[in-house]
Amino acid sequence: MELLVLLGVPLTGALLLLLIGGREHAPEVNVLASTATLVAAAVLTVRVIRDGPMLVWNDQLFVDSFNVFLVSLTALVGLTTALFSRPYMRIEALHGRVTHKRLRLYHGMFQLFMFTMLLALLTNNLGILWVAMEAATLSTVLLVSLYRTPQSLEAAWKYFILCGVGIAQALFGTILLYFAAEQLPGIEGMSALLWTHLNDVKGQLEPQILGLAFVFLLVGYGTKVGLAPVHNWLPDAHAEGPTPISAVLSGLLLNVALYAVIRCKVLVEGALQSTLPSQMLMAFGLLSVVLAAFFLWRQRDIKRLFAYSSIEHMGIITFAFGLGGPVANFAGLLHMTVHSLTKSAIFFAVGHAAQKAGTQIMDDIRGLVTVSPTVGWGLMLGTLAILGMPPFGVFASEFLILTTAMREQPWATPLLLLALGVAFAAIFSRVQPMVFGETNVARLPHAPALIPVFVHLAIVLLLGLYIPPYLADWYRQAAELIQ
Amino acid sequence: MNPLPLSSQLINLLAALLLLLSFAMLAQRRIALLVQLLALQGLVLFISTVVVAIRADQHHLYYSAALTLMLKVIVLPWILYRLIRRLHVQWDIETLVKIPTTMLLGLMLVVFAFGLAQPISALAVTVTRSTLGIALAVVLLAFLMMITRRKAIAQVIGFLAMENGLFFAATSATYGMPMVVELGVALDVLVGVLVLGIFLFHIREQFDSLDLQHLESLKER
Repeated sequence: MELLVLLGVPLTGALLLLLIGGREHAPEVNVLASTATLVAAAVLTVRVIRDGPMLVWNDQLFVDSFNVFLVSLTALVGLTTALFSRPYMRIEALHGRVTHKRLRLYHGMFQLFMFTMLLALLTNNLGILWVAMEAATLSTVLLVSLYRTPQSLEAAWKYFILCGVGIAQALFGTILLYFAAEQLPGIEGMSALLWTHLNDVKGQLEPQILGLAFVFLLVGYGTKVGLAPVHNWLPDAHAEGPTPISAVLSGLLLNVALYAVIRCKVLVEGALQSTLPSQMLMAFGLLSVVLAAFFLWRQRDIKRLFAYSSIEHMGIITFAFGLGGPVANFAGLLHMTVHSLTKSAIFFAVGHAAQKAGTQIMDDIRGLVTVSPTVGWGLMLGTLAILGMPPFGVFASEFLILTTAMREQPWATPLLLLALGVAFAAIFSRVQPMVFGETNVARLPHAPALIPVFVHLAIVLLLGLYIPPYLADWYRQAAELIQ
Repeated sequence: MNPLPLSSQLINLLAALLLLLSFAMLAQRRIALLVQLLALQGLVLFISTVVVAIRADQHHLYYSAALTLMLKVIVLPWILYRLIRRLHVQWDIETLVKIPTTMLLGLMLVVFAFGLAQPISALAVTVTRSTLGIALAVVLLAFLMMITRRKAIAQVIGFLAMENGLFFAATSATYGMPMVVELGVALDVLVGVLVLGIFLFHIREQFDSLDLQHLESLKER
């Protein structure tokens, strides 16, 4: 039932908003649909924690403690983004950057994107997972080019082609996986792509095929995670699209793509009886962290800066899951949560800051705190949080990852520390003058929506100070599942 | 040594044709002819799926074959053809340099694909197992085409050729994916092409041309 609401509401919302999305009250409908989704997700979460994993609809949908936490995170960020985009898109419309028709497209596609994300998380079928991931690209690609500037068209084209090629590799990996599964007796047709069925027999799958399949799956879904060296689409798509879309791309899409990688890794590692997939995750993760840290220095555009920071953090999370073990997995899950919340909060603040200053170039934005203390402090606190300053939750997860790395893979720690240091210096030195100092920014015609920013930051702060026992338990269960 | 049964020979022949068409697309510079080659590739794919379906007695493959015929031989080429007519680019010649180099690279990719697929084909029990290497080669050649082309529409065609290769891989290795998945993939491809069509108009409106040279401003400096 919860599942029906969870998948049905965004889909209905999408269809409805594609019809009426340009009307005056469309943003409220958008918020309403997102609220219903969040309620359903919360109910589902409570049930899963109480009763354990669920398999429904001929085993086609599957919920356990690993994906249910991503589901509730997705629904939460979906709602806050909908709240944020209400004044944001109204201001954009006032500035004449979007027309009536494009607002309709925006609202419809936003709900469709939420639907595809939730479907990707909830499905048990690796083929449907692929379909949902591709549909997620399709539903956002016209949003990236919403402003129809030359740059946004270029960004969207790159996004489509790179992710399309990437995801084609993932389809080949899925075909290989299906092929390996079909060799086993008792598994055929539909059940050969069901993750739970495969997980039961993973020890018998042909290792040679699975090894090759994993390479394709990792490169394919890794493109969407934004792992270096296939990350090129990410900064462009984040910088040129409307800010609510940057927030959901960074906060949700990257997580869901990583979720796909991890589900596949569990299968393949079980079949190979070796740690090769883990080592590949560590290598890709580390490369992304280091590369992103150095690219951070060259940025002039505020949204590009934080897009590179997303690559860096996805690298850290990928590295953590590569390390494996209960502590690193726990830290990886925690980092996924705090990164989503913090990064979307930052994009909310950045969106309003850019609207006030009328530009995204960092050198031209000054002294936000004098005109609008909430936007300024939101940006500053978000930045401190994402840079891993205590007492925010990012500090806790990064600390756990670093200490585990010191014990398990000591060679990687200096590289990680160096990259984190470089990133810290790069981001902080840019954001500090934007927030403080002389001002040149104007007031906004609509009051900005900053409740989402502070709600997110409060949760991140809470997670840094104190993780409630049931939440810790929940993460621990999830960490065990992806052992 | 017994000769292969007729159906297997037929499938091998069709696979070879598919590969040949991939090379033809790599060398073809006129956009209208590129679309025709893509439709032809879809037709070969359709015939091979039917042959496999008859040989292996797999009923759901008839549906996939019908889907292929509808989507890849009729609907998509039709959309593309209308698109290039409306954009007036059907007789455009792409300024693609060094076709011989591309062909040589393509040959290397084929060798690589065969090497990669060899151990896997050895494990397959399907009648079409020898063709997995060709399927992978078709995917890689389409990829190469996407990299070397400048016109946006040629990249779209490359994207669809890649999808053809993936579909062929699915039939040749496993007699096709489950129907739900195949329908989903087909839907994604169809929507994808429609979205790209919208895009091409936007690009055209913005830059007055479909040359991707204009889309190079967002590089890291």
